[in-house]
Amino acid sequence: MNALLIRDLKLAFRAGGGFGLGLAFFLLVAVLVPLGVGPEGGILARIAPGILWVGALLACLLSLDRIFALDFEDGSLDLLATAPLPLEGAVAMKAFAHWLVTGLALTILSPVLAVLLNLPAQGYPWLVLSLVVGTPALSVIGAFGAALTVGVRRGGLLLSLLVLPLYVPTLIFGAEVVRRGAEGAATGVPLALLAAITTGSAALLPFAAAAAIRVNLR
Amino acid sequence: MSIWEYANPKKFMQVSGRVLPWLTGLAALTLSLGLVWGFFFTPEDYKQGSTVKILFLHVPAAMMAINAWVMMLVASLIWVIRRHHVSALAARAAAPAGLVFTLIALVTGALWGQPMWNTWWEWDPRLTSFLILLLFYLGYIALWSAIEDPDTAADLTSVLCMVGSVFAVLSRYAVKFWNQGLHQDSTILKVGESDPLDAAYYVPLVVCIAGFVLFFVVMVLVRTRIWIRARRLGALLARERMG
Amino acid sequence: MMPDLGKYAFAVLGSYGATALLLAGLVGFTLWQRARVKQALAEAEARLEKTDVR
Repeated sequence: MNALLIRDLKLAFRAGGGFGLGLAFFLLVAVLVPLGVGPEGGILARIAPGILWVGALLACLLSLDRIFALDFEDGSLDLLATAPLPLEGAVAMKAFAHWLVTGLALTILSPVLAVLLNLPAQGYPWLVLSLVVGTPALSVIGAFGAALTVGVRRGGLLLSLLVLPLYVPTLIFGAEVVRRGAEGAATGVPLALLAAITTGSAALLPFAAAAAIRVNLR
Repeated sequence: MSIWEYANPKKFMQVSGRVLPWLTGLAALTLSLGLVWGFFFTPEDYKQGSTVKILFLHVPAAMMAINAWVMMLVASLIWVIRRHHVSALAARAAAPAGLVFTLIALVTGALWGQPMWNTWWEWDPRLTSFLILLLFYLGYIALWSAIEDPDTAADLTSVLCMVGSVFAVLSRYAVKFWNQGLHQDSTILKVGESDPLDAAYYVPLVVCIAGFVLFFVVMVLVRTRIWIRARRLGALLARERMG
Repeated sequence: MMPDLGKYAFAVLGSYGATALLLAGLVGFTLWQRARVKQALAEAEARLEKTDVR
């Protein structure tokens, strides 16, 4: 399991691995939105939670098809499916690796971008906390979507269409935590619901994803 | 004699072929009766004026948009558990109908909302949920058409339908949490309460709902027959290629 | 015969029109699909009949 994790991380960090791509995209969103909306601090502060969450979500989406597609092409996915390690475990590990290189990296970068978007100071801890709690769900749901489309040539667009509706609850609760946090309101309820989505998807979706991969390898 | 006999494609084709003409006629009759009744012979509402006539389209379409998804979920489960091809194809057949019902609910809702709420669109929980439902339908249909092997496609879309159902329900609650909304509660199940739907509207509405249900059944049967034929065609072509 | 729809004529007529259009679109698309598949199947069956030497 650890070997798989290390292998995936190495692949991600290698040139063309897509590690920097998601972060650069996140940065671009945070730069382009003020350019489009205008430099007024008040408006930016109000929309910052939503923009940061949508940006993180889209950046996460960018690298999803890499989770399984490359392994599918070179046949290592077949090896994984027949390996002693249960495929469910392999899927969970791959989703975890994806989270480390996108979700966690985005979380660390997010306070810097929040400065650009003029997020009120009291929103920062909630932004980081909500991303830490919520982005694992994005990776696991994404891994499920990637497993569904792994057999489809050029499935990137289809993958987005399948995954984005599934991201809705995560996005709503995540952005709500930051919005309430920035306004100084109580954040307990959305945060708890966000954590529930993450733990629930992490517990159940690897099974669905593994089933989808088995179908695709048949 | 068990219901599973109809899961045999041949048996299904025979029986559905015999039933369909009658069912189509009945659906057309009920639907046109309900809509003509609703459009021409219902009084104006004191608050909503003539826009109350939109009710007869909006409510049945919205109901069927959700019911179609539920039917797809049941059909997917049957496919996953009992591997009946007709079931998987019926789920596929229902999706475009569900998509159209969702669109009707959204469009009539917007047309009604414009004079009543002074806005075409409002990020209200019910409206937003339907927009999300529309995305689910689109994704489901897209996945079906993207995969060539029919069994693989049936398996993958079934998994998507099951996971999607969970997330659709989650989205519904998430959206409710996110905005409290303008949309009035459903009036149909509230008979006997302080502001019940008047019988002058209630009866044609029930006829319209029956019409939409029948229309949906006809659509699913016709479209399932298409996909059964397409499957047979695929098998024939494969055999031809093999020589 | 036409009921007086008052100031909401556009909303009501638009709703009925849009619904009719969407339902007709679904029916038309279904019929078109049906004709296409039926024809292709008939052709394939006829072809197989001819070449089937077994």
